[in-house]
Amino acid sequence: MSVTSAEQSSAPVMGRSLWDDARDRLLANKAAVASMVVLTVVTLLSIFGPMLSPHQFDTVYRDYVKVPASLESYPRLDQIEPGFESVAKRARMKVESYAMVDDKITATVTSRRSISEKATRYFDRSDLFEGAVISNISADKKSATVTADVQRMHFYFGTDANGRDMMTRTLIAGRVSLTIGLLATFVAITIGLLYGTTSGYFGGKVDLIMMRVVDILYSLPFIFFVIMLVVFFGRNFVLMFIAVGAVEWLDMARIVRGQTLTIKRQEYVQAAEAMGVENTGILKRHVIPNTLGPVVVYMTLLVPKVILLESFLSFLGLGVQEPMTSWGVLISEGAKNLQGAFWMLFFPALFLTSTLFALNFIGDGLRDALDPKDR
Amino acid sequence: MSTINENTVLVIDDLKVDFATNAGMVNAVKGVNIHVDAGETVAIVGESGSGKSQSMMAAMGLLAQNGQTQGSVKYKGQELLGLSSRKLNQIRGAKITMIFQEPMTSLDPLYTIERQLCEPMVEHGGYTWKTARKRAVELLDLVGIPEPARKVKAYPYEMSGGQRQRVMIAMALANDPDILIADEPTTALDVTTQAQILELMADLQKRLGMAVVFITHDLGIVERISDRVYVMKSGEVVEEGDTKEIFSKPAHPYTRMLLDAEPTGRKLDTNEDKPVVLEGTKVRVEFETETGFLKPNHVLRAVNDISITVREGQTVGIVGESGSGKSTLGRALLQLLPNADGRVVYCGNDISGWSKRQMRPLRKEMQLIFQDPFGSLSPRMTVGQIITEGLLVHEPHLSAAERDQRAIQALEEVSMDPAMRNRYPHEFSGGQRQRIAIARTMVLKPKLVVLDEPTSALDRTIQKQVIELLRGLQKENGLTYLFISHDLAVVRAMSDTVMVMKKGEVIEAGLTDDIFRNPKEEYTRELIHAAVLRDDEAA
Amino acid sequence: MVRYILGRLLSAIPTLFLIITISFFLMRVAPGGPFDLERPLEAKVMENLNKMYNLDKSLWEQYIIYMKNVLQGDFGPSFFFRDFSINELFAQSLPISIQLGLSALTLALIVGGIMGVSAAIKQNRGVDYAVMTAATLGVTIPNFVVAPCLTLFLGVYLGWLPVGGWGGGAFVNVILPVVTLALPQIAVIARLTRGSMIEALRSNHVRTARAYGLSGYTIIVVHALRGAILPVVSYMGPAAAALLTGSVVIETIFGIPGIGRYFVQGALNRDYTLVMGTVVVVACFVIIFNLIVDVLYAALDPRVRFD
Repeated sequence: MSVTSAEQSSAPVMGRSLWDDARDRLLANKAAVASMVVLTVVTLLSIFGPMLSPHQFDTVYRDYVKVPASLESYPRLDQIEPGFESVAKRARMKVESYAMVDDKITATVTSRRSISEKATRYFDRSDLFEGAVISNISADKKSATVTADVQRMHFYFGTDANGRDMMTRTLIAGRVSLTIGLLATFVAITIGLLYGTTSGYFGGKVDLIMMRVVDILYSLPFIFFVIMLVVFFGRNFVLMFIAVGAVEWLDMARIVRGQTLTIKRQEYVQAAEAMGVENTGILKRHVIPNTLGPVVVYMTLLVPKVILLESFLSFLGLGVQEPMTSWGVLISEGAKNLQGAFWMLFFPALFLTSTLFALNFIGDGLRDALDPKDR
Repeated sequence: MSTINENTVLVIDDLKVDFATNAGMVNAVKGVNIHVDAGETVAIVGESGSGKSQSMMAAMGLLAQNGQTQGSVKYKGQELLGLSSRKLNQIRGAKITMIFQEPMTSLDPLYTIERQLCEPMVEHGGYTWKTARKRAVELLDLVGIPEPARKVKAYPYEMSGGQRQRVMIAMALANDPDILIADEPTTALDVTTQAQILELMADLQKRLGMAVVFITHDLGIVERISDRVYVMKSGEVVEEGDTKEIFSKPAHPYTRMLLDAEPTGRKLDTNEDKPVVLEGTKVRVEFETETGFLKPNHVLRAVNDISITVREGQTVGIVGESGSGKSTLGRALLQLLPNADGRVVYCGNDISGWSKRQMRPLRKEMQLIFQDPFGSLSPRMTVGQIITEGLLVHEPHLSAAERDQRAIQALEEVSMDPAMRNRYPHEFSGGQRQRIAIARTMVLKPKLVVLDEPTSALDRTIQKQVIELLRGLQKENGLTYLFISHDLAVVRAMSDTVMVMKKGEVIEAGLTDDIFRNPKEEYTRELIHAAVLRDDEAA
Repeated sequence: MVRYILGRLLSAIPTLFLIITISFFLMRVAPGGPFDLERPLEAKVMENLNKMYNLDKSLWEQYIIYMKNVLQGDFGPSFFFRDFSINELFAQSLPISIQLGLSALTLALIVGGIMGVSAAIKQNRGVDYAVMTAATLGVTIPNFVVAPCLTLFLGVYLGWLPVGGWGGGAFVNVILPVVTLALPQIAVIARLTRGSMIEALRSNHVRTARAYGLSGYTIIVVHALRGAILPVVSYMGPAAAALLTGSVVIETIFGIPGIGRYFVQGALNRDYTLVMGTVVVVACFVIIFNLIVDVLYAALDPRVRFD
């Protein structure tokens, strides 16, 4: 408690707000930081991955049904010659000689029918080859030379039962799941915040009635309502998150109400009232900044809950519809094909779980950071 | 001075206690030597954070998990530190027992008093549950609980704080201990209850002859009950000796400061002829407690037809125990309670029943300061923002720079470094926070300030500084105070006139000196007796 | 106490009424009907069917008829499983679901409780970290991922357990579904118990117990655990709801003929009466369970009074 001179007062000391402290605590929490990195990577991959991927999420490669995840390119060496022969057969040609040099195939073919240059389309249509050229067509048009390039493709996560690239699908599914997670959380938070603050701020009988409504809604078997909603009103993206959001707002309403009531009773709010500060000022300067912490924490913990709920509905076949996909849909397919094609479950499950893991850790970390009690 | 002899039951030698926290090692106790002889009462006195409780907790093996000890604690020659919990348990609760500061939470809420009283008896005293139950009733009778046979079946939540502390004492006595450690046993209680508990303890000690270690911050209690004193500060014993000697000839400057910490001086200019600032007539406040949905509400009358007159420059003290309605009265007078009845006149205007909007211009002149310096400052605003918030309402034309200037002035007025205005409340100590709260009030240049227990949450030495500050501000600015407190020493030092409240009624009112010298009502006498006021020269 | 229970049951009536009404009209305003098959039925057949199921009457009449029947405990005939009434379907499926749910709940309480308590006692040590990691895994890995993996390893590769079916509730058939259903709840209960146990161990009355030299068992079990278990008891209401949700997935994955699976089938096939019936039964179940939880709570905490 020093008495100051004018020089000192001209250079005020900067304080550390509770937010600063919380940020430092959060950044010191290794699990939370690692989770933030994981979440950022998953989000960026989901947003940009599908754009950069050479495959469309709904492109079907009939030649690559359920191929395992691999870093090597397809087709495999032992796949090329039989593949070539089967394409030739489809074009009604017989392979007489076959040679492959540096992914370039040169073959002489014979056919009982006349060979035309248009037959290249059989080769180009196959997922295995590209740039097929038919040359040296003999005079009787019964034999010719076919050159074709082997079309090199990568399926790092393998393909699904329809021959679609799992990586692109997993990433697209990430977009869907994350979007639903965020939008539904947004819906839930908005409803919950409005409802909770109203109830808490007015108090008395209004509060009593509004909370009784919440109690009644709590005892409804909501998951069954959600299922009914999506079944009867079509499996629609918008409806999905409205339904989920409508279920999850109850907790938020309770938290916000409790928080508002507590803050209203705080002496600093009473002090502001005693100074004649009007309601908007109290809300703006006291209630909102002090409610923010728990809301942010709850929000981070709600996103994984919503993603899980969406996956749950999708798993039951009640969520996102083909060819669109979400992690829940992929996991459901993966579960059916677990035997023999474990990668169909592994990759979407890995993405889903690490996202949920990360979000939970961030939520826990935020809670510890915003409400520091020594563990 | 006493030395260690064959009668010594407890010897604490060079005890150190450290806590590992996120901010590094905290040395709570830095090498303390304390000894206790059989049958004597030893007080360990110090302000919060002096390590007085932690040294005893360490001796009993009750430190939090992050605590570590060094040194030695010997009970009748047996080392207690580092003892296995089974060996330690043969002493804890049998030979050495303990009473804690928090009577409301120190008993398990889920079990009856009987069960909790019996547990240590069965564990250590060789009682069976049946004999223990019989003894439990006797013990309750001993500590002065009425209807012990019935009360023994009660749960803690069915008892008052004072009664729970009596139960704790009964539990402590159950196995005839050699040493009873009492850690601030009366701090959480009302003054009159406090006095009763102290008397009970003194009486029981006389009868049962155990040694008592009394941990407290209250020198009045020390003087009244202890034979010897250890004064602790920042984890060290700064002075020890016989109580009488220490009180008459304190050697260490800190001890002297503690002894001087009781607020002194009187306010003698009673301003009986100055104009009336605030007059309340038959003020009544009723609270409805919700009993349930659509059920008739229970009505509690917190303030019952109280009339009060406050003149310019006066300080009116309102004294009472918790639940007496004194804070409610203060708020009702400021028109902060929507459910208050009665007439309130402020500077000639009848303001009773005025709306928030009507009151707003007056709020600048009528201010309120709270007890809890931690709760009354918004945690997410800087000190500068907190101090100038009122200016946003009452002087909206000020620019940000002008407001900043006013914050600087206000902080200087309360003797704080204005360079601190960009800091946040959590970076300050309790006393500093209370100064900030006062600065927030002063920035509006008020006429009337209601001070609701402004010093109760502070240590005595800080209390004194805050009181000096308040007194200085009053003199400089001609302020009128309504001073609400349960602390008679503070009220005596601050106010011209005093009102004594009990259960929503005024028991007695008059000039401060008259009330303190010749209390007419029994309750007032009880309060004054209980407060252990140390007579000072100015009286 | 009897009065309290009766009061609670009475206050459940409006809730149930609300549930029935909402779900009834929600279903009926939705487009499509139970007999809109891919290959349209003949007009005559359709008419007969509609008549049989009262679908030719106005919505209000249907609602009143349905309400009347429900009051008499009759949920009507199934639209999809044509030869069965809903009551018959429930008579088969409900006991299975209840057995599944209660076993999972018991398992979750025992395992989760033990995990939580041991983590709390060894706070910030190996056991604690292990439990917390396991708990976080349990919360985050959805049971529709766990179920197929467990089935694959224990059922297909190792061949120890059957991969599906109920087998009349035979022990080996029950293990996988119960464990998968319980896993997330084990995790939640472990976290919850750990938290409240740590708080209880730090509380003042436990400090008193330690200061009075009571034995470790008395301190931990008698004084700390009884208080620490209260939040877990309150969580049992939400846990029951979560188990119901989980059982929909589990029953579908393992092909168990419980009400969860019937519900999904019913919803997909617009079996009005089946869906309605399930919702009502589930709601009743939740209400009764919450009541039991509250009574249990009051039995453990003397501060709670019924009035």
